[in-house]
Amino acid sequence: MNRIQIKKALLIAAALAVTSTAAAAGKLEIFSWWSGDEAPAKDALIKLYKQKYPGVDVIDATVAGGAGTNAKAVLKTRMLGGTPPDSFQVHAGQELIGTWVVANRMEDLSSLFKAEGWNKVLPQDVIDLISAKGGIWSVPVNVHRSNVMWYNPAKLKAWGVTPPKTWAEFLGTCAKLKAKGVAAPLVVGENWTQQHLWENVMIGTLGPQGWRDLWAGKLKFTDPRVVQGFTNFGKVMDCANKDASGLSWQQASDRIADGTSAFNIMGDWAAGYFTTTKKLAPNTGFGWAPTPDTRGTFVMLADSFGLPKGAKDRTEAINWLKLVGSKQGQDTFNPLKGSIAARTDSDLSKYGTYSKSAAADWKTNKIVGSMVHGAVAPESFTSAFGAIIDQFVASKNAQGAAAAAQQLADRAGIGK
Amino acid sequence: MLLPSVVLLALFVYGFIGRTVYVSLTDWGNDPAQALATNPIIRWVGLANYHDLFTGFLQLRFRQELVNTIFFTLFFILGCLGLGLGLALILDRNPRGEGLWRTIFLFPMSLSFIVTGTIWRWMLQPQGGVNQFPTVLGLPSGTFGWLSSTDSIWKFDWNKLPLLTAAVVGLVLVWLAVRAARTGDRTRTIVAGLCAALLLGWALFVGPNVKLLPAPELHGFNLALIGIIIAAVWQMSGYTMALYLAGLRGIPEELREAARVDGASDVGMYRFVIFPLLAPITLSAMIILGHISLKIFDLVYAMAGPDNTYTSVPALNMYLTSFRQNQFALGAAIGTILLILVAFVIVPYLASAFRSEEGHA
Repeated sequence: MNRIQIKKALLIAAALAVTSTAAAAGKLEIFSWWSGDEAPAKDALIKLYKQKYPGVDVIDATVAGGAGTNAKAVLKTRMLGGTPPDSFQVHAGQELIGTWVVANRMEDLSSLFKAEGWNKVLPQDVIDLISAKGGIWSVPVNVHRSNVMWYNPAKLKAWGVTPPKTWAEFLGTCAKLKAKGVAAPLVVGENWTQQHLWENVMIGTLGPQGWRDLWAGKLKFTDPRVVQGFTNFGKVMDCANKDASGLSWQQASDRIADGTSAFNIMGDWAAGYFTTTKKLAPNTGFGWAPTPDTRGTFVMLADSFGLPKGAKDRTEAINWLKLVGSKQGQDTFNPLKGSIAARTDSDLSKYGTYSKSAAADWKTNKIVGSMVHGAVAPESFTSAFGAIIDQFVASKNAQGAAAAAQQLADRAGIGK
Repeated sequence: MLLPSVVLLALFVYGFIGRTVYVSLTDWGNDPAQALATNPIIRWVGLANYHDLFTGFLQLRFRQELVNTIFFTLFFILGCLGLGLGLALILDRNPRGEGLWRTIFLFPMSLSFIVTGTIWRWMLQPQGGVNQFPTVLGLPSGTFGWLSSTDSIWKFDWNKLPLLTAAVVGLVLVWLAVRAARTGDRTRTIVAGLCAALLLGWALFVGPNVKLLPAPELHGFNLALIGIIIAAVWQMSGYTMALYLAGLRGIPEELREAARVDGASDVGMYRFVIFPLLAPITLSAMIILGHISLKIFDLVYAMAGPDNTYTSVPALNMYLTSFRQNQFALGAAIGTILLILVAFVIVPYLASAFRSEEGHA
């Protein structure tokens, strides 16, 4: 190749580079942890975005790993390094607020909420959960319910029991089942599923308002009512399997399907597991009810997207958020993800049997946020709270656990 | 020629160690609002983070982890040395298919701890794997909660820690004094003896009154750790086997023959000729295994998960504290404690290595 040829080649390359950037009017980088089972839902959403904004080059930055454990570490590196993604997935509520909003690294989305009319279609309880310091900080794309008790209808019939409606009734049912030779009427799994159970017992004990007060700092953990909640949790744990820490939530659900245990308390992703993986039919293969004492309460967690300060492609990111919050976007995403839309005006014909019942409750129930899934407590609390639960399950010292939890809450800045 | 590497080492190893130690003496991250701020306000708090770790109400998990680390290190090293030596002795007798056996025994080492951990997690499922073995013989299946047990044995009260430490160090000093007296080193005998007397006196008269925590707090050897120790020994004993086998093969045949001519029995030959010659190998194996066990993270993460207090280790807690809870100062403090623990293992080794090097020069 002589020199002229090289020059020509370079010119052509440069020209190509110019045209390719001109063809893509912009770029958008979406950061999430949706991979594997959850990827198709995300892909559908991105496809919809590309249809609406064909010129934009969407970069799908997915970091695999359950509940975003890996993704969150990567996100921290990027945010601290000054190269935030244009928009990133986060559990709605305190997980975002306690980490990034207090550090003053997010943009307030109140004006977007007003312009898009989301204040009217999202339940007020949800708006409250994602608001803090006078702003609204993320756009919820879906809603999961975490206060669901799963059971095996055929087995319950064989044992002659019905799903208990209160925790007191639950303990009675538990004793009855134990007498019939069921070693562990309740199945729990590794640490976070025990925290999940704890919050269900606590919400049942305190009621929705008490639960809200707890996270607003108006009710101390050392309050006798909260201590009572710990005591109740201890009693409920006496009904559970002793090999909990070795089980994933799927393995715990398996014990419902095979009838080793009677009840499991888990979020509604279990519905997807039962229907898709275990091929069970709703209402016959598996059944569900709100966890005891929480009828009329919807404990929610949501995936949402926020807008970090200093996002390189701000306009495209705002378009993305508009899509995420839109009816079309949510109804595209949620039937595939196995969750329900955060909006109350979604098209229910697209959803499965379980989701329809959840969506009906979503419109009428009182809504409170989940602690273990990041809605009401910052990560610094949730992550360290696991040790308190472990300690309590071993010692059954409710006073001590409550005192430790209060100290942890003070340190995490809850109620400030 | 050496300069660039010296500069890089100074910056990326010692510079960052220094930075970590500095961060551990601040309050970075204790206030969530400052943890990830663009320009966080970081205040100097001295040893407060260390104080919190050893006596804080909330740091029970860390204290249990320290105890776990001690038991894990002990059994891991003993297991690897014992099993490795046993395998090496068998292979040293030139059994048939020796090459194949050697490969089989050494193979686990080629796996990463994550893989080992995943395999063993399957095998140690409470309702499967190892616990199902008895059913092959028609017996009821085992019920041991390999990774999920919450029981512990050999419990002691954390409040007694200063007492125990002083007693142990005191006894070591007594031993040193006795040894120095035997070799006739008077100053050494007196210094070690005095220190021992001081420490033991403190342990007897002041120690019992020191209260680290308001209430007794029991820590012990959690039975769930047994599963993790088995997996770790499985992974690393091939390595000690290889070391010992090299050592055994390095012993000249003349030496063995001479021992035989002198009338040594098989047992006697091992006891008085071969094992003393293997002592340096044992020491270097202990150093390598010791630092592996102190920094172990991936195996525990894969086998028992990050949130299992009963099987947790400090390295895991450091990761969670720093990168999940954003408490950078506290995480740095845990990291610094780990560094000190590793130094306890490595520094004596380095010192002896330097000394012998000088001797050769």
